[in-house]
Amino acid sequence: MDLFAALALQIIYGIANLVLISIGLAVIFGMMRVINLAHGEFLMLGGYTVIVATNNGVNIWIAMFIFAPLIVGIIGLIVEWCLIRFLYGRMVDTLLATWGLSLFFIGLITTIFGAQTATTISPPFGAITIGDYSSSGYELFLIFIAILAVALVYLLFRYTKLGLVARGTMQGADMAASLGVSTQRVYSTTFGIGAALSGLAGGLLAPITGVLPTIGAIYIGKAFITVISGGTAILAGTASASILLGAVNGIVAFVVGPTMGEVALLLLAIVLLRLMPQGITGRFFKRSL
Amino acid sequence: MKRSREINSLISIGIVGLIILFGAPLSLDLFSVISLTTAISLAILALSLGLIWGFGGILCFGQTAFFGIGGYAYAIAALNFGGSTGAIIAAVLVAAAAAAILGYFMFYGRLSDVYLAVITLTVTLILYSVIRRTSGPEYKIGIAKLGGFNGINVPPINYPWDATQFLYPEHVFYVAMVALLLAYFLCVWLTKSHFGRVCVSIRENEVRTELLGYDIRFYKLCMFTVGGAIAGLGGIMFANSIGRITPDVFNLYNAALAIIWVIIGGRGTLIGPVFGALILFYLTSFLGRQAVVNINLFLGLVLIVFVLVVPKGIVPSLVELWDRRKSRRMTARSARRMRRRGRSRVKEVQVED
Repeated sequence: MDLFAALALQIIYGIANLVLISIGLAVIFGMMRVINLAHGEFLMLGGYTVIVATNNGVNIWIAMFIFAPLIVGIIGLIVEWCLIRFLYGRMVDTLLATWGLSLFFIGLITTIFGAQTATTISPPFGAITIGDYSSSGYELFLIFIAILAVALVYLLFRYTKLGLVARGTMQGADMAASLGVSTQRVYSTTFGIGAALSGLAGGLLAPITGVLPTIGAIYIGKAFITVISGGTAILAGTASASILLGAVNGIVAFVVGPTMGEVALLLLAIVLLRLMPQGITGRFFKRSL
Repeated sequence: MKRSREINSLISIGIVGLIILFGAPLSLDLFSVISLTTAISLAILALSLGLIWGFGGILCFGQTAFFGIGGYAYAIAALNFGGSTGAIIAAVLVAAAAAAILGYFMFYGRLSDVYLAVITLTVTLILYSVIRRTSGPEYKIGIAKLGGFNGINVPPINYPWDATQFLYPEHVFYVAMVALLLAYFLCVWLTKSHFGRVCVSIRENEVRTELLGYDIRFYKLCMFTVGGAIAGLGGIMFANSIGRITPDVFNLYNAALAIIWVIIGGRGTLIGPVFGALILFYLTSFLGRQAVVNINLFLGLVLIVFVLVVPKGIVPSLVELWDRRKSRRMTARSARRMRRRGRSRVKEVQVED
C-alpha cells in the first residue's frame, strides 16, 4: 500500500513535470502557431536567473516567482521584437530561426558562466515520508504549482479582456485588426506570457535538475511531444497528453528503468500521432480551451 | 541552353571530385587526409539531407539519427562478423530500415512538415539519451559492448572478403571519397528520374500531386528511406575516419549542424549541402582551435542571419548573381554592337534577355 502510494505520487509528479515544461510552449505554439525551438533555452534561462539571484542574496521564493518569469518574459518580448515578428506565417523559417536562437543562447550562457553546472541550490522543502518510503516535499509542491499554473492560464484566456482579444486574434487576425485590435501587440504579449511561463517552470525545476547551458535539450523533446500529442486545444490538450504520457513514462520507468520510460513515452507519442494526427484534442474535448 | 549548362556543371563536379580523389593523398599530410575523410563523411550526411529536404520537401531535423545508426550498426556488425564487407551492407540496410519504419508512422499518419521535424528531432535526442546510458557490461549485441558515452571502437575497413588486410587511413580516404561521388551521382540520377520529378511535384503541391493519382505517402517514404540509407553510408565512413563511434553523433548540436549545412549551401541543390558541410567543418574546427568565440554562439548567429537575409543559401545565390552579371554584360555588349550599327533598340534586346 505504501509502495502504491509512493509510486502514485511519483507518477503524478511525472505528469506535473510534463505540464510545467510544456505549458509555456503550449501557449506560444497553440495560440500563435509559432514553433519555438528555443523553448528549452527559455527554461534554462529561468534556471540561471534563479541561481544567480539566490547566490546574490535574493530570497529564493522571490527569485522563483518574480525574477524568473519577469526576466525570461522580457527576453521573450525582445526576441519577438527582433526576430519572430519578421517570420509570422513562415512556419519552417521560424523553426530554423528559433533553432539558431537556441544555439545562440547556449553559446552565450556558456561564454558567461562556463560549460559546467553553476552553483546549485537545494530545494526549500525537506523530505516527507509515506510509510517506509520517503519522497521529496518539493515534488509535492511542484504538483500543486502545476495545477495552479494550468488554472491561471485557463482563467487568463477564458475570463479576461486580454484573453478574449488574444483568442479572437488567433482565430482571425484580419477580422480582429479590422475591429481595432492591434494584432502586433497581441502577438508580442502572448509570446511574452509564454516565455514568462517557461521562465517560471525553468526556475522551479532548477533546484531539482541543476542548471547547465545545454539542459534545454533534455526538456525540448518532451515538451514538443507533449504539446503536439495534445493537439489544437492548448490546455485540455497539454493536460491530457501530460497525463497519458506521464503515466506511461512513470509506470514503464518503475518496471524496467528510467531510460525505457523515456523510450516508451516517445513510442507512444509516435503511435498516437499515427492514430490521431491532429492530436488528442483533434478527436476528444474539441471545444475546450 | 539550361540543359547543357547542367551537364557542364555535372562534368566539372565530377572532374573536381576525381582531382580531389587522386590529388589529396599525394599533396596533403596524413593528418589532413584523415580530417578530410571526416569532412567527406559529413558531406555525405549533408547530401542525404539535401536530397530529402531539397527535393522531397521532407524537413527532417533528425537526419543524424540515421547517420549514427549507420555508424553503430557498422561497428556492431563488423565486430560480430569479424570483417567489414558484410558489415557495410548490413549497416546501410539497418539505417534504411530505421528510416522506413519511422517514415511509415510519419507519412502514413500524414504528419505535416513541422510536426515531422519535431518528431525526427525527438527520436534523435531519445537515441542520444538511451545510448548514453548503455555503459554497463550487460548492454551488448553479440560480442559488441555498446559502451555508453565512451562509444565503441570501430574496427577499420578491410579488403573485400579478406578480414586480415586492413585499410590504412589514407586508403579509407579513397573509399570515403568514392562513396561521396557515388552517392552524389546516385542522387543526381534519382532527382532526374520520374521518381525524383514526382517527389519535386509533391514538394511543390501535395494536394495537386495526389489528385493526379500519385500515392504521395509512398513516394515520400521511398525518398526518406533512400535518404536514410545514404546518411547511414556517411555514418559508416565517419566511424572509420574517427575510429570510434559515440552517442555524441545523436546530440542536438550535430542535428543542428546538418540543418545549417543545407541552409548555408542551398536548399534545392545537391552540391550546395556538400559545400556547406565542407566549409562549416573547416570553419568550426578553425574556430575551435582559436577558442575566441563560442562555436554555438557563432553557429546560432549564422543560422539566424541566413534564415533572415540569405534564405536561398550560398550556391543558388551565387548562381543567380553570376547569371545577372552575365546577362548584364551580354546586354551591354549587344547594346554596343547595336550602337555601332547605328540602331538604338537596346530596350528590346534587354527584354529578350
